[in-house]
Amino acid sequence: MTLGRREAIWAYVLISPWIIGFIVFTAGPMIASLILSMTNYDVVNAPVFLGASNYVKMFTQDRQFWHSLRVTLTYAVVAVPLGLLFGFMLALMLNAKIPAVSVWRTVYYMPSVVSGVAVAILWSTLFNARFGIVNWILSWFGIKGPAWLSSPDWALPALIIMSLWGVGGGMIIYLAGLQGIPTTLYDAAKVDGANSWHQLRHVTLPMMTPIIFYNLVMGVIGTFQYFTNAYVMTRGGPVEATLFYNLYLYFNAFNYMKMGYASALAWVLFVIVLLLTLLIFRSSAAWVYYEGSLKR
Amino acid sequence: MRQTLVLGRVNLRGVKFQSILGRTIITLLLAAGAVLVLMPLAWMLSTSLKPEGAAGQMPPQWIPMDQITVQIEGRDCYIYDIPVDGVVRRLALLQKKGATGTFVNPDNLEERYQLPVDTGKRVSVVKLHWENYPNALTSVPFGRYALNSLRLVVITTIGVLVSCTLVAYGFARFRAKGLGVLFIILLCTIMLPPQVTLIPTFILFQKLKWYDTLLPLTVPAFFGNAWDIFLLRQYMMTIPLELDDAARIDGCGPLGILWHVIVPQTMPALATVAIFHSLWSWNDFFGPLIYLKSQSNWTVALGLQSFNALYSRKLQLLMAASTVMMLPCILIFFSAQRLFIQGIVISGVKG
Repeated sequence: MTLGRREAIWAYVLISPWIIGFIVFTAGPMIASLILSMTNYDVVNAPVFLGASNYVKMFTQDRQFWHSLRVTLTYAVVAVPLGLLFGFMLALMLNAKIPAVSVWRTVYYMPSVVSGVAVAILWSTLFNARFGIVNWILSWFGIKGPAWLSSPDWALPALIIMSLWGVGGGMIIYLAGLQGIPTTLYDAAKVDGANSWHQLRHVTLPMMTPIIFYNLVMGVIGTFQYFTNAYVMTRGGPVEATLFYNLYLYFNAFNYMKMGYASALAWVLFVIVLLLTLLIFRSSAAWVYYEGSLKR
Repeated sequence: MRQTLVLGRVNLRGVKFQSILGRTIITLLLAAGAVLVLMPLAWMLSTSLKPEGAAGQMPPQWIPMDQITVQIEGRDCYIYDIPVDGVVRRLALLQKKGATGTFVNPDNLEERYQLPVDTGKRVSVVKLHWENYPNALTSVPFGRYALNSLRLVVITTIGVLVSCTLVAYGFARFRAKGLGVLFIILLCTIMLPPQVTLIPTFILFQKLKWYDTLLPLTVPAFFGNAWDIFLLRQYMMTIPLELDDAARIDGCGPLGILWHVIVPQTMPALATVAIFHSLWSWNDFFGPLIYLKSQSNWTVALGLQSFNALYSRKLQLLMAASTVMMLPCILIFFSAQRLFIQGIVISGVKG
């Protein structure tokens, strides 16, 4: 046996867990779910082939599908940019020469360590109209807060406000990026007479665009997986105000046992995420600056 | 790009805010923001130590207090600090009629006054109701849930570490036809929404009779996951090949090199993967929600969610239970702060 052949065998033996996992838990189920999406299947009875009618029904008759898509996109359009902005500003401030900087960083990062059900429960009490501290804080400014999670108009904004609490996760990535910007760039800018604002605008921001881009893509993908908070805090209500796409998919699959229809929803979600990601990637050429690549 | 950033070390690059004024403003803004960020956690902790009924007070009481009562004529009477002829006295409210109350000196029951109630203030003392914790944890089988969660965390973390190390080693150190394509496929699966594979996987596990066991949640961990494989592979690429050669001369085979060279060198990345995976697994809600039916198999996340439905009126118990669920995460965070930041830098910045 040649050395190269032996190396190849080792390589495939070593990566075999992932290959098996990929076939059994990813590729296989993907194909299966595409087939299932063209059937009516309730787990108990055998699937009935329907052709494209699940998709036709979804696009032409399913009001809840369009509604859940609208809810998810609204959240994505408001919460993701807000999170990017807050995270970035926070990172800029935490990168300055200020006293006890490590304490501040720890404090702002901490909320992103705790997540899941406990946080959802905590926030549903914070948004309580009567004794929640969100309305208490608003009352300092003479504002009478809304009923938040029990109000169809304010439930989604409440979840967006809550998302800002976890902005530290993105902040720490920006902070790492800020520290990676070579000081020589700032020195050169200063020689050219740039003030702080110019340095931010012409050095920091361009150097940070790849990281902003990364956080943007991850944020959009994450929105389509939004589940725990909506499930625990509102169950999609009130009046479907927080019926996120993933929640609607879950209800179809595991409450109504419409496995075929839920598979169709999953594939539409896949295509939407793919298109959005491609769109972001395409647009990135205009605004993301990669050091070492030539400017077109 | 890999570099370490220690929370405690101020590395002044990026935007320089030179003026002292600027720095002061930033510090003040950060302090104000920090108060807002910590307030939810502080409220949770304080509520978890309050007596029943005091939890839903407005404005919020930050320090858990008990109002003092005395028994007079077989009734519990609140103690008030109330002015009598300009002197503040400590009296018990015996009876209330409209705005006026009958106050009595607890030490001398003959001494009674008719006074307007709202001129006085109820007397409270600081009292931390630690018993809320055992009460919350025993009202449902939390011990059982914690044990299940812990089992999940330990088993899946071991699975992820072992499988991802092997696969990452294969991708980082070996050449073979097709490996490049496979690695690109691996990267693509990072972006894949999990819902696309959810339903057939669920049906598969159901056909295997694994529904309502921990198996659907543990077994997949042993087949690696794209994100951690990628992270470990990137890290292994930075280990000098000369170390492999030295070990080979000493007679090590591929597994020997993995064990004696790669694993020790990859320790920081492995620790990062272990910590992030443990946290994720502890907090995971969706997986347990769809696969675990009987209460004896529930994890803390599932148990807490049903506790929320049952005890939504007993806020102090609910907050105690939530605190218990968050505590391990916060403890892990503080004990491994450096690794957290390191891990984010390894995984986050790819340019």
